[in-house]
Amino acid sequence: MNKKFFIPLIAFIALVSLMLFGLKNDPKVIPSPFIGQEAPEFSLPKLYKPDEMVTAQQMKGEVWVLNLWASWCVSCRAEHKVLSRLINKMQVPTIGLNYKDYGTEDYGDEALRWLAKYGNPYQSVAVDTEGTAGLDWGVVGVPETFVVDKKGIVRYKFTGPVYDEAVDKILVPLITQLRKEEG
Amino acid sequence: MIPEIGHFALILALSVAVVQGVFPLVGSLIGKHHWVSIAKPASFAQMLFLSLSFACLLYAFLTNDFSVKYVANNSNSEMPTLFRVSALWGAHEGSLLLWALVLGGWGAAVGFFSKGIPPVMLARVLSIMGLIGVGFMLFMIMTSNPFERLLQIPLEGRQLNPLLQDFGLAVHPPMLYMGYVGLSVAFSFAMAAMIDGKLDAAWVRWARPWTNIAWMFLTLGITLGSWWAYYELGWGGWWFWDPVENASLMPWIVGTALIHSLAVTEKRASFKAWTILLCILGFSLSLLGTFLVRSGILTSVHSFASDPERGLFILIFLLVVIGSSLILFAFRAHKFKSVGAFSLVSRESGLLVNNVILIVMTATVLLGTLYPLIIDAFGSGKISVGPPYFNNVIVPLGVLLYITMGFGFFLRWKKDEPSRILKKVWIPLAVSLVFAFVLPLVTVSDFNFKTSLGLFLGSWVSLAALMWVVSLGRSPFKLPMAAWGSVIAHIGMSMTVIGITLVSIYDTEKDVRLEVGQSYELAGYKFAFKNVESVKVDNYIANRATIDVTQNGKLVNIMHPEKRDYGPDQMPMTEAGIDAGFTRDLFVALGEPLGNNAWSFRLYHKPFVRWIWLGGALMGFGGLLAAFDKRYRRMRKIIVEPVQVKSSQSDSKDKQSTTSGVTV
Repeated sequence: MNKKFFIPLIAFIALVSLMLFGLKNDPKVIPSPFIGQEAPEFSLPKLYKPDEMVTAQQMKGEVWVLNLWASWCVSCRAEHKVLSRLINKMQVPTIGLNYKDYGTEDYGDEALRWLAKYGNPYQSVAVDTEGTAGLDWGVVGVPETFVVDKKGIVRYKFTGPVYDEAVDKILVPLITQLRKEEG
Repeated sequence: MIPEIGHFALILALSVAVVQGVFPLVGSLIGKHHWVSIAKPASFAQMLFLSLSFACLLYAFLTNDFSVKYVANNSNSEMPTLFRVSALWGAHEGSLLLWALVLGGWGAAVGFFSKGIPPVMLARVLSIMGLIGVGFMLFMIMTSNPFERLLQIPLEGRQLNPLLQDFGLAVHPPMLYMGYVGLSVAFSFAMAAMIDGKLDAAWVRWARPWTNIAWMFLTLGITLGSWWAYYELGWGGWWFWDPVENASLMPWIVGTALIHSLAVTEKRASFKAWTILLCILGFSLSLLGTFLVRSGILTSVHSFASDPERGLFILIFLLVVIGSSLILFAFRAHKFKSVGAFSLVSRESGLLVNNVILIVMTATVLLGTLYPLIIDAFGSGKISVGPPYFNNVIVPLGVLLYITMGFGFFLRWKKDEPSRILKKVWIPLAVSLVFAFVLPLVTVSDFNFKTSLGLFLGSWVSLAALMWVVSLGRSPFKLPMAAWGSVIAHIGMSMTVIGITLVSIYDTEKDVRLEVGQSYELAGYKFAFKNVESVKVDNYIANRATIDVTQNGKLVNIMHPEKRDYGPDQMPMTEAGIDAGFTRDLFVALGEPLGNNAWSFRLYHKPFVRWIWLGGALMGFGGLLAAFDKRYRRMRKIIVEPVQVKSSQSDSKDKQSTTSGVTV
C-alpha cells in the first residue's frame, strides 16, 4: 500500500463536496452571506448619461431593488415582464445593474437596443463593464435581484429569473413590510 | 407506434447493457467461461438496439411527428431537413441518446477489433463500458425520455434555438461526443488493468490506438466548435473561455498528456500508475463536462437545458464512476511497478515536463471554471474569472510547453547528453529565432515581442519536428505511420499557435455607419455598401445586405451579411458575411437599421485566423495516422504471452487466458 496513490481519491472527495454544496446550496433557498449586511458600495456610470454616476449611497432612505441583467442573458428577457410588473405595481425604485454586457465599451448599444425593444422599467441603469460591482455583490449568475431596505441593508436576494408567484408571495409582501420599517 | 418501438428498444438496450456490465465482469472474477464470452455479442446487441432507438427518434423528426414532446419542442415542419436531423441532438434528451449511441458504437468497435486481446481482458473492458452505458440509459429513461408523447398534439412544433439551426450543429456535437465518449475506452482499459493488477507493453498497445482516435475526435470536435462560434455567433471571436468550452478543453489537455504518457509506458515500462490515473482523469473530465452543461450549476451560453434534478443524477453517477475508479486506483496502483529508471536529461524527463505542464493547465482551467462555485462556497473573493485570467495563466504555460516540445524530438530515451542535444537543436533554434525577429520587420516593419514569440514558438516546433523526421533517415514511404502522425500533429500545433498570435495582435475591427452607396476602408480593403433587401427563406425572414469588397480597385468578393428574424419569441440572428482566406479573413456583420437607408456594420480584418482551425485539423489527422501505425496491427499476431497473472484471481481464469493467448 502506498499512501501517495490515495491523493487523487482525497482530492476527488474534496471536489465532490464542493459540487454537492453547489447543488444543495440553491441560492434561491439559502440566503447568501450578503443578507443582513450593508449593501456593497458601487459607483458606476449611467447607461444613458455616462457622465453621471449611480451609487448605492444615493438610494439610502428608501426601499430599493437592484436587478442584475445583461442583454446577452436569455433568462433576463424571460423575467423582464414579471420584473416590470413588480416595479410598476410597487413603484419601487430599481437600479438595473447591466452586467458585463458586450458592447459596453461603446456605451452599451446592445443594452440600449435591448431596453428600447423590451421597455425600460429601471430608475437608472448602472453599467458594470468589468463586472466588479457584480463581484462585490456576490453574483453567481445573471439575472439576480436584491432588495435593500431604507438603511441600506441587503434584505433579500433572488437568484435566477423572478417569476409571478415569487413576486406575489415574496417580493411584494417583503417590500411592503420593509417600507413600514424605520428609516 | 414508431416512438414506442424506439422507447422499447432503448429499454432493451439498457437490459443488454446490464447483462454486459455484470456477467462478463463477474464471470472473469469467479472463472465462468461462458459468462466471459457474453461480452462481445452483448456489445453488438446493445449497439443494435441503440441504433434502432436512435433511428426511431430520427424518423419522428423527419416525419414531423409532433405527438412526441421532444420533437414538438425542438423542430417544426418549416425547418430544412438537415436541421430537423440535427435538431435530434439539439437539446437535452436527444443529445443523451446520441451520447448513449456513441458509447454503444465504441463498445461494439472494441468488441469487433479485439482479435489480439485476451477474452478476459476484453470482457472486463466491455463490462466497464456496459456499466457506463447503464448509467446513461437509466438517466435517460428515468429523467429525460426523448420518446415521451403529448396528449394534445400541436399542429406545429416549436423552433429550435436559431443559434443551433446551422450546419455546425450537425457536425460539432457528434464529433465532440465521439471524443468524450471515446475516452471511456481508455478508462475501461485502465479499469481492467487495475482489476488485473498488471500493466504491460501489450496492454499499452491495445490502449494506444483507441486513445489516439478518441483524441482525434475530440480535437476535431473542439476545432469545429471554435469555427462554428466564429461564424455563427457573429462576434468574430473563436474562443470565449465559456464554461462549456472549458469542459471540452480539459479532457483534451488530459488526453494529450495521456497520449504522451502512454508512449513512455509502452517504450520504457515507466509512468505506469500515472498513465492509469490519466485514463481515469480524462474520462472523469468528460463526465464532469456533461455534468456542468446539464446541471445548470454554472450559467453558460450552452446550458440550453438545465435542471437541478438531472444534475443530481449525473452527480451521483459521477460519484460512482470516478469514486470507484479512484478507490480501485488507491488500492491497486502500487502493483504497477515502473521499472525504467531515467536520468535528468532524457526523453522521459522531457515527457514528464510535458505532462506536468499539461496537468497544471488542466488544473488552471478547472479552477477558473469552478470558481463561481468556490466563491459561493466560501463567501466572497476578488478574482474575476474571465478571459484575462485564462490568458494570463495559460499563455506562459503554453510558452514553456512549446519550448520543451522542440527539444523533446531530439531527446533519447533513458539518458542523453546535453552537448549532443545542443548540436542537434542549434540549427532549428537559430533559424526560428531569425525568422521570428526578421519576418515581422520585413512584412509589417514593426517589432512586437509577442508576435516574435509566437512566430518563434511555432517555427521552432515545426522545424524541430521536420528535422527530426528527416534525421530518422528513412524514405518517406517507409517511415512508420506514428512518426508521420507525430510530425503532422506537432506542425498543426505550430500553425494553431501562429494563428492565435497573429490574429490576437493584428486583427482590426470597426463599427461603422454606412448609407447605401457609401464605403469604408479597413486594412487596405474597401467595403462598399450596395443595398439591403428583405428575403424570406424557409423559416426566417432576413435582411440581407450586399457589400462589395475591393482591394486596390480589384473586386475581392461580394459579401452578404444577414440579420435573420425567426419569429416573435426568438432572438434575431446575425449571419456574418465572411471572405475566408489562407492569410486573412474578412468578416462583416450587419447591425441595426439607423434610418435614411443607413445601417450599422461591424467590419473585421482577421489575419491568419484560419490557421487556428487548419492546425486543429492537422492535429486530428496526425492522431489518426498514429493510431494506424503498423505495430498495433502486427502485435495482434505475435502476442503469445498471456496478460493474466496469478496474483489476483483464481486458477481457472489463468488457464483460460493462457488458451486465449495461444489461439491468437
